[in-house]
Parts: sequence; C-alpha cells; structure tokens
Amino acid sequence: MNALLAFQHEAGEVRFDHIAYLVASFLFLLGLRGLTHPDTARRGTMFAALGMLVAVVGTIWPRPGMSYEYIAVGLAVGTVIGIPMGLKIPMTKMPERIALSHSFGGLAVALVGVVEYLMDKTQGDKFHMGATGFEVMLGALTFTGSIMAFGKLQGILPGKPSTFPFQNFITVGALIVAVAAVVYMIFVPTAGVIFYGMFGLALLLGVLLVLPIGGADMPVVICLLNSYAGLAAAASGFVFDNNVLIICGALDGGSGFILAMLMSKAMNRSFANVLFGAFGSDAVAASAGPAKSTAAVNEATVEEAAEVLKSSSSVIIVPGYGMAVAQAQHAVRDLANLLEKNGARVRYAIHPVAGRMPGHMNVLLAEANVPYDQLFDLDQINDDFANTDSVLVVGANDVVNPAAKNSPGSPIFGMPVFNCDQAKAVFVLKRSMNPGFAGIENELFVHPKTMMVFGDAKQTLTKMTGALKEGH
Amino acid sequence: MTILLGAYVFMLAGFLGFQIIAKVPALLHTPLMAFTNAISGISLVASLHAAGATGYSLTARILGCVAVICATINVVGGFLITDRMLKMFRRKPGAKP
Repeated sequence: MNALLAFQHEAGEVRFDHIAYLVASFLFLLGLRGLTHPDTARRGTMFAALGMLVAVVGTIWPRPGMSYEYIAVGLAVGTVIGIPMGLKIPMTKMPERIALSHSFGGLAVALVGVVEYLMDKTQGDKFHMGATGFEVMLGALTFTGSIMAFGKLQGILPGKPSTFPFQNFITVGALIVAVAAVVYMIFVPTAGVIFYGMFGLALLLGVLLVLPIGGADMPVVICLLNSYAGLAAAASGFVFDNNVLIICGALDGGSGFILAMLMSKAMNRSFANVLFGAFGSDAVAASAGPAKSTAAVNEATVEEAAEVLKSSSSVIIVPGYGMAVAQAQHAVRDLANLLEKNGARVRYAIHPVAGRMPGHMNVLLAEANVPYDQLFDLDQINDDFANTDSVLVVGANDVVNPAAKNSPGSPIFGMPVFNCDQAKAVFVLKRSMNPGFAGIENELFVHPKTMMVFGDAKQTLTKMTGALKEGH
Repeated sequence: MTILLGAYVFMLAGFLGFQIIAKVPALLHTPLMAFTNAISGISLVASLHAAGATGYSLTARILGCVAVICATINVVGGFLITDRMLKMFRRKPGAKP
C-alpha cells in the first residue's frame, strides 16, 4: 500500500506520512492565525483539528512492521476520557483543566522518550541521544510540575508558597545535576542507571519548581509549563526527525513563553522573582511595610449600593478571582443588563492577571453571555475611571490596590493597577476584610469613596438586582 | 545536515509563532492555551509509532500505549474545549463588526 503512495525522488523517497505532516503543519499555522480574531477563531480551530486528523491518519496508514492492537486501545481509551474533559468541565475550572492537560502532554512525551531509549540505546548517535535526554527531562518535569499546579489550584495542596531551608539552592542544584546527566548520556549512552536516575530527578524537579509558587502567581506558572510541554514536544521532533513535531512544539513553546512574559509584565515582576521569590510567603513582613491602616471602613447595605448604581450613568465592573470562586458571572451579567436597561453604560475592566490563568475572566464573562465588545484591557480603559460614576469590584484585590502606585515599600509596588480611586464611587464586593493572597493591605478598601458590601458575591449581586428592580 | 534542517524548522516556526501569537488579543488567551495544548498533542504521532511498532518489546509498546492515551486525551479534549469556549464569544447584538 505504502509503495503505491510513495514516489521516488532523486534526493530520496517521499513518503505518504511525510506529505500528511506537511499538510498538517500548514493547517496548524492557518488555525493559529485564526485565533487572532474572535470571528475567525472557531474556523481556525477546525483547520487545526483537521490537520491533526491528517497527521494521525498519515501515521497509522498501513505499512510493514506495524500492528494496531495497542494503537486501537490507546486511541479508544484516550477518546473516551477526552470527550468529557472537553465537554463537561465547567468554565470556572478552566485553570485546573489546562494544568491537568499539560501534565498529560508532559507524560506522553516523557514516555515516548523512554521508549526511544529502550529500543535504540546502542545505535543512537550523540545528537539523538541528547535530544532524547532533554525530551524526557522536560516531559517529566512538566508532568509533575503540572500536577502540583493542579493540586494548588484545586485546593488539594496549600495555595500558599511552601518553603524550606536552602530551597532555591536545592532546586537549582537538582536542575544542574539533571542537565549534567543528560550531557553524560550523550557520551555514555549505555548508562541506563544515569538515564532513569535523570528521569526520576526530573520528576522531583517538577515538584520543587512549583512548590514555592503561590496561587496568585499561577498564571505565570501555567504559561511556563505550557512552554515546557511545547519544548519537550519539539525535542521529540528532533529525536524522530519529524518536522511537524518540531513545528507544533515551537508554536506551543513560543506561545507559553509569550504569555508568561505578558503575565510577569502585568505584575511588574521578573521570571526569576516569580519562580524563586516565594511571593506571598512573607506575609507578615509585607503587611508590616505600609503603615497598618486604622481608617474606618465604610460599609454599605445592598439597598444603599443599588440606590447609587441606579443614578449612575456609567459603571465599570472589575472582576477578579473571587468572581470565579463564587461563580458569580451570571449574577454580574443580570445586574449589568438591568443597569443598561436603566440607561447606564456598563463596561468591564479586565486585568491581565485577574484570575488564575490568562484570559480567565474573559471566558467566564463570555459564558454568561456578556458581549466581548464590553470587555476592556487595562490600557484601553484605565484613563476612563476618572469620568465614571460607579465602579463595582467583584472579587478582585491586588489589581485594584492603589499601594501599587503610591507605596514604594509595598511588595506589589510598580504593578499596573486600575485607577478605581479616581471614579466617583467604588463598591467592593468581598466576603470579609481578610487581605488578599499576599497579605497586603488594600488601601482602596478604606478609601473615603469606597463602600464595602460584605457577603458572598453571587448573593450580593442577586440582591442588588432585586433591589434595583423594586426601585423601578 | 538533517540536524541542522531540524534547527532551521524550529527557528522559523518559533519566529512565525511569535509573530502570530503576539497578535492574539488578551480576550482569547485562555482559548489560545487550550488550542496550543491541543496541537501539542501532535506528540501523538510519536506515541503511535511506539505503540504500533511490531519490532518493539512489550514494555516499550505498553508505554507507547499509555502515551497514546495521554496524547489522545489532549487532542480530543483540547479541540472540544477550545471550540466550546470560542462558541461563547459573541459581540453585542446589532453592533457593527
């Protein structure tokens, strides 16, 4: 069969599967380009899915030396698990879902690397041995690192950074030893003990790398793990001399890296600080920095807040992770609809690091049928707070903290934040006065213009909507 | 030479990826992650080779089979969830494109 489809070229044989990979690569790039606009994104996803189908069919096309029992089992089981993972998981759980899929990706690549080592260890040349080593290392650390990230997001593991003495020293040491083991394998490929030792060390390294990272830094970590998963796939492309793997790996690795850079920038922190800073563990030291505020907190009832919102002609809603936790996106939309009916202009201000992954808030609001032309980035909307009547902060904390602008001693100083304090009135929906993840006091909460509305965000919003309706 | 060719492909794909991904709006960053996750399931190609090769040992093929399962979950689940998210993004009714 293959002989019929393959045709000869003077530089060598061109195989059917290689043509399939070429077509698939083109479709992946076309698909990725579709994602640059919401109108073309779904079509782009279709192209990419088609590309994947072409690549898989090209790979399993009958040829000598291939049998299907394990392939069939793998594809069937994977599909049965994959369908509910795609269709059933709620949007609020998206960060957990993405972290979990990075761990699957890492494991798949690491296992393929182990298989390659098992089967080829004597005849592999230096280059392929090195690529296999890095493939296994990156795959293994992505696997355990992503499981750690999943555990922290899901609340199975403590969200606060876990630290122990000499932590960074040990982590960097483990990394150096793992890389050294890969280099050693290049020259002594038969040293199986070193290879499996390196595999184990890389698994441990994944745990060590994510252990000191706090919940609010998860956006950066998820992006970096995305990047590692991509690089691991690219390394496997070098092992197999397979360009479609290299291309997809490069796209995935590049995407994760760009997003990680954007997230770090949005927190005014460096990669090194995010990875090794154990941000948020020094909560006591942090809150001792800016003088503990003794100013009185203005508390407002739902009815008082509704009264002010009713007379507002412009409202900006600032959602944060709290909105996801309370699953309040639909309640937010209901309130916004009513305010719009009332003649107000309602917009949403989305900070790049609001939530636990890039774009988290956008997806939740889209789920609640909020049109995306009402969603605005930090840069687009920040100058408009000054001429806005009411700001509604729903479960956001650090991204609205004026300390980032005013208090050089604050750990978040320099982070770009929303100018909520410039609006005429600010309502903060919050469960209690507990400070955010880093234990940083939020000056906005005691600002004279601010009124705190305590309680579960979803219930508060529903009550507000009710109060507004009654007022009509 | 094949090694260097691979490096060329990596460099060009990485460069192109940077150019395209930098244009993806923040609005779509979560679908972007789900999407890249789905296409990185292309490692399925390598897993299928390992699971299907009759010349490989039983251990190797079973490991390959587990890798096929993991990669398939990402491919199937990844594309489904990307589409499910993208379906939700709509603009205000009546607004001009």
